[in-house]
This record gives sequence, C-alpha cells and structure tokens, in this order.
Amino acid sequence: MVDVAMAGGAEIGAITRSRILDRLRLGDSIFRWLTLAAAVAVLVLLSGVIISLIQGSLPALQAFGFNFLIDDRWNPVTEKFGAVAPIYGTIVTSFLGMLIAVPVGLFISMFLTELCPMWLRRPIGIAIELLAGIPSIIYGIWGLFVFAPFLQQTLQPFLIDLFGPIPVLSSLFAGPPYGIGVLTAGLILAIMVLPFITSISREVFESVPAVLKEAAYGIGCSTWEVVRYVVLPYTRVGVIGGVMLGLGRALGETMAVTFVIGNAHRVSASILAPGTTISATIANEFTEAVGDLYTSALIALGLILFVITFIVLAAARYMLLRIERRIG
Amino acid sequence: MNKLYASRRRRNVVAMVLSFAATGFGLGWLVLILGTLLWEGFSGLSLRVFTEMTPPPGSAGGLLNPIVGSLMLTALAVLIGTPIGILAGTYMAEYGRYARLTQVVRFINDILLSAPSIVVGLFIYEIMVAPMGHFSGLAGSVALAVIVIPVVVRTTEDMLLLVPNQLREAAAALGMPRAFIIGRVCYRAARAGMVTGVLLAVARISGETAPLLFTGLNNQFWSVDLNAPMASLPVVIFQFALSPYKDWQSLAWTGALLITFTVLALSIFARTLTASRKQS
Repeated sequence: MVDVAMAGGAEIGAITRSRILDRLRLGDSIFRWLTLAAAVAVLVLLSGVIISLIQGSLPALQAFGFNFLIDDRWNPVTEKFGAVAPIYGTIVTSFLGMLIAVPVGLFISMFLTELCPMWLRRPIGIAIELLAGIPSIIYGIWGLFVFAPFLQQTLQPFLIDLFGPIPVLSSLFAGPPYGIGVLTAGLILAIMVLPFITSISREVFESVPAVLKEAAYGIGCSTWEVVRYVVLPYTRVGVIGGVMLGLGRALGETMAVTFVIGNAHRVSASILAPGTTISATIANEFTEAVGDLYTSALIALGLILFVITFIVLAAARYMLLRIERRIG
Repeated sequence: MNKLYASRRRRNVVAMVLSFAATGFGLGWLVLILGTLLWEGFSGLSLRVFTEMTPPPGSAGGLLNPIVGSLMLTALAVLIGTPIGILAGTYMAEYGRYARLTQVVRFINDILLSAPSIVVGLFIYEIMVAPMGHFSGLAGSVALAVIVIPVVVRTTEDMLLLVPNQLREAAAALGMPRAFIIGRVCYRAARAGMVTGVLLAVARISGETAPLLFTGLNNQFWSVDLNAPMASLPVVIFQFALSPYKDWQSLAWTGALLITFTVLALSIFARTLTASRKQS
C-alpha cells in the first residue's frame, strides 16, 4: 500500500492512479462479499442439517406417523420401528449424569473461587479443563474395560443388597449386576459433563462483584452462606445456562455411551439393566441397516435428537446471553 | 445464640468438606483415566505400531493405515473448515459488527458448536454418501470440517473484537482500504488467538468418532484414496475395542493413548500460546 502511494505522486498520471484505486476498491468489495458469504454459510449449514434430516426421515415418519414417538417396539426384521426405548434411555442416562455432575461441579467452582489458594487455582482449573478435552471414545474404552467391571463387582451388588428389601426402590435396582447398563452410562456422562458445568459456573461465579461478597463476609457470613445467599442468587441464570449446556452435551453424547449402555431396545424400570440411547442406536445400527425404512427410522431418531438438543442449547445460550449483558 | 452459631459453623464445615471432596473427585477421574491409559497403552506400544497395517483378527500388527488416515482426514478438514470459519468470523467482527445478521449467526454458531456430532455424520451421509453411493474419506473430512467451522468462527470473532479500534483508525487514516486493514493489521494483531482457535479445532476433531462412522467408514488396508473408505484411529479403536480378540483390544488401547496425548498436547500448546500473548 505504502509503496504504491510512494511510487505514485507526480510521475504516475491521474489515470493510472484512479485505476489503482479502482482495483483496490474492487478487492475490498470482493473480500467483503466473501466474508458475508462465509457468515451466511454458517446459517446454511444449520438449515442444511435440519432439511436433510427431515428429508431423510420422511419415509419412516410417513410409515409410522405419530406412532413412531409412542411405540416401544424396534424390530428390524418385521420393519416395525418405535422410538420410545431410545428416547427413554437418552433422558434417563442424561438425568442420572446431571444428578451427579451438577452438585459436584458447583462445589468444585465454589472451591476454585472461594477456598483455593491463588497459586493452585490455575493448575486445578486447567486440569479440570483437560478432562473436557479428552475425546469421548477414550471415556468409552475406559468405561468398558475398567469402570464397568469395577461397578459390577462393587457398587452394583451393594445397591442390589441395599435396596432389595425396599418395595419401590427394589424395582429400580432389580436384576443381576451386568456391569454395563443405564447406570454405568449415566456415571460416565457425569464424568464427561462435569468439566463443562465446572468451567461455566466458575466463570459466572467470578463475575460476582467483590463488593457484594466482601459486604457479606463483613457482616459475619460464613463462606457457605456467602456462596448460598449471595453468589448463587446473583449467578442463578448463568448457572442454569451452564447446566443446560452440559445437558445438551449429555443428550447428544455418542461414543462413551455406546460402549457401556449394552444396546438393548427395551424400557426397563431397573437402572442396572442394559438399555440404549438415540445416539448409541444410530452409531451401532446405521452402517448395518438394510432397507430404506430401517435407515430412515434411524435418521428420524437423529432428527428427534437434534430437535431436543436444539431446544436445550438454544435455551442455554439465551440464558448465558442474559447474564453476559448484565455483566457487560 | 451459641446454638445458632454452632449450627452455622457446622454447616460451613460440611460445605467446605464437600467442596474439597468434589474437587478431589473431579481430579481423581483425570488421574485414573490417564493412569489406565498410560498403563495399558504403553504395554502395546512398539515400533510395529507405526510401521505395520491393522492386522486380521488374532494376529499382531500395527496402526499405520489408521494413523495416516487420521492425519489426512484431519488436515483436509482443517483446510476446508478454517478459511470459511475465519472469513465468517471476520464478517462478524469487522464488517457486520453491529448487523442483525451477526447476532443471528453468533447464536446459530454457538448451537452448532455443541450440537451432537453424530447428527453431523447423518447430515453428511444424506448429502454426500447417499448421492455418491459409497463411503469415502472425502465425506469424512467434510463431516469433520463441519465441526471445525464453529470453533474457528467463535475464536476468530472473539480475537478480532479484542483488537483495539485505534489500530484500525490509524491504518484507515493512512488511506488503507478496509480489506487491507483487516489483512495487514487486524489479522496480525489477532494472530496468536486465531492460531489457538485452529489448534483447538484440530484437538477437537482428532478424537471425533461419531461423524466418521458412516462417512469415512473404515478400511482394513492401506489406502490414501480420498474417494474410497478410509481408516481412521477413532473408528479403528471403536471397532477393535468392542471385538473379542486380545490383540485388537491391546491395539485399541495403544491407539487411544496416541490420540489422547496428541489432543492433550495440542490443547496445552494452544493455551500457552494465548497465555504468553496475554503477558506480553
């Protein structure tokens, strides 16, 4: 640029000068349109996902209609497909995972923002985030070879003995300890979403103005009381957003769950029994699916998963946006 | 009065203990998982892993074809995804900073960022594998590129927004057109952060399995043909770990070790890049 201007001046005539300016103007507008096109491409990507999923699932939706959502049979031989078992498994495993990960994540954030000595905060924060970076297939292989056998020998017999004599709870923990199953999948999900919940709730905890906390400490509040009555109410929206972001992850998680869920298409009350989730069903059966209807039913499952996670993630982003605006 | 004090104190102690325990619990998993991985992975690690093809069941072999396949798929995905991501991020931070479109794109991009990756696999299957009639490495890379884009968009936008406006104004005062300001000034100022974004995207896709299952599929033999099914480490791990053969399972652990340490090294490197920039 500078060169052009320097070499310019009197020697280069006005015509060449305007030509150079034209070229620059052209380059500028080309670049501008390119960036705009790329931004629009992101939108096209999302609508492409939605349209292609709807198109792919049309045969199954036409064949089964609304029954697809309330039928619990999944029989590739007779080509009768219903999504109840995978939907049920997805919801139960995610619920179990969140049940453990949310309190643990909040307590870790409390530790990191209120208790932890300064020099230790960064290393622990990074370690927790490394946990988020481990690919999900690693959790899967670890869950299958290490965690499931461990649960089979320890936690599961313990739960069966503990709740066996109690009427209602006994059905929740009925059956032999397989090792793999809904409970194991839920626990693996808990480990996986823990870092997401921790890092977001830590971020929003840190956004609380120091003055508020100092005032509370000043009138004699304990650390717990400061967190419970000052930090949590102030960051409620952000924490809920973070939890929902974690939920979105848990709902769509594929590989870790596929390894340890047992892939059984049934709805059973016992959380020790094998089950299946939407993503595990797709991962296991898609390449082996014979016939258009089978493939289409699996894509319809994908569509349901996408719709559920879209709603959860959109709600999460909306809440996080609200807290960002308040801080900003 | 003393009673109240004691109960508040007790509650506080319980909460403190719980928060220590929770942190120990969280870090414990990291130690456990990495520990097992090192133990199981190293026992199978040898030169053969890098020089031999994946074996048929029941015999020894290596992971050469999936390693090469993974490298190719990842490189191509980054080549496709990064330019789109950077351009889109540039629009959002530079040209359309206050445009309505930017807000919509940001929202949609954040959703794509955490959308289930298996759905991306289905999408690419529908638009590429089904029309072409066969699985291919190319489809696998495009599926991974779809995952790269939102990561790069996000970091590019964030980093460009951090560039002080005075720099842009100073460049504009010299008579630079907008495209030059962005290319010669803003990109340079934001370079470290943008590279970090790309590295994080690479870390993210090098372990992705779900989108490759029915796009890139798998290939037992040596193949660098992008138009044919291509082996990749995550898919091979998936297949081998679920098999009943001891040799395959041990190779799966070794592959898992390779992936995890690549990913962890990449994310730590990315972090130090931005950290050193913040200090300077």
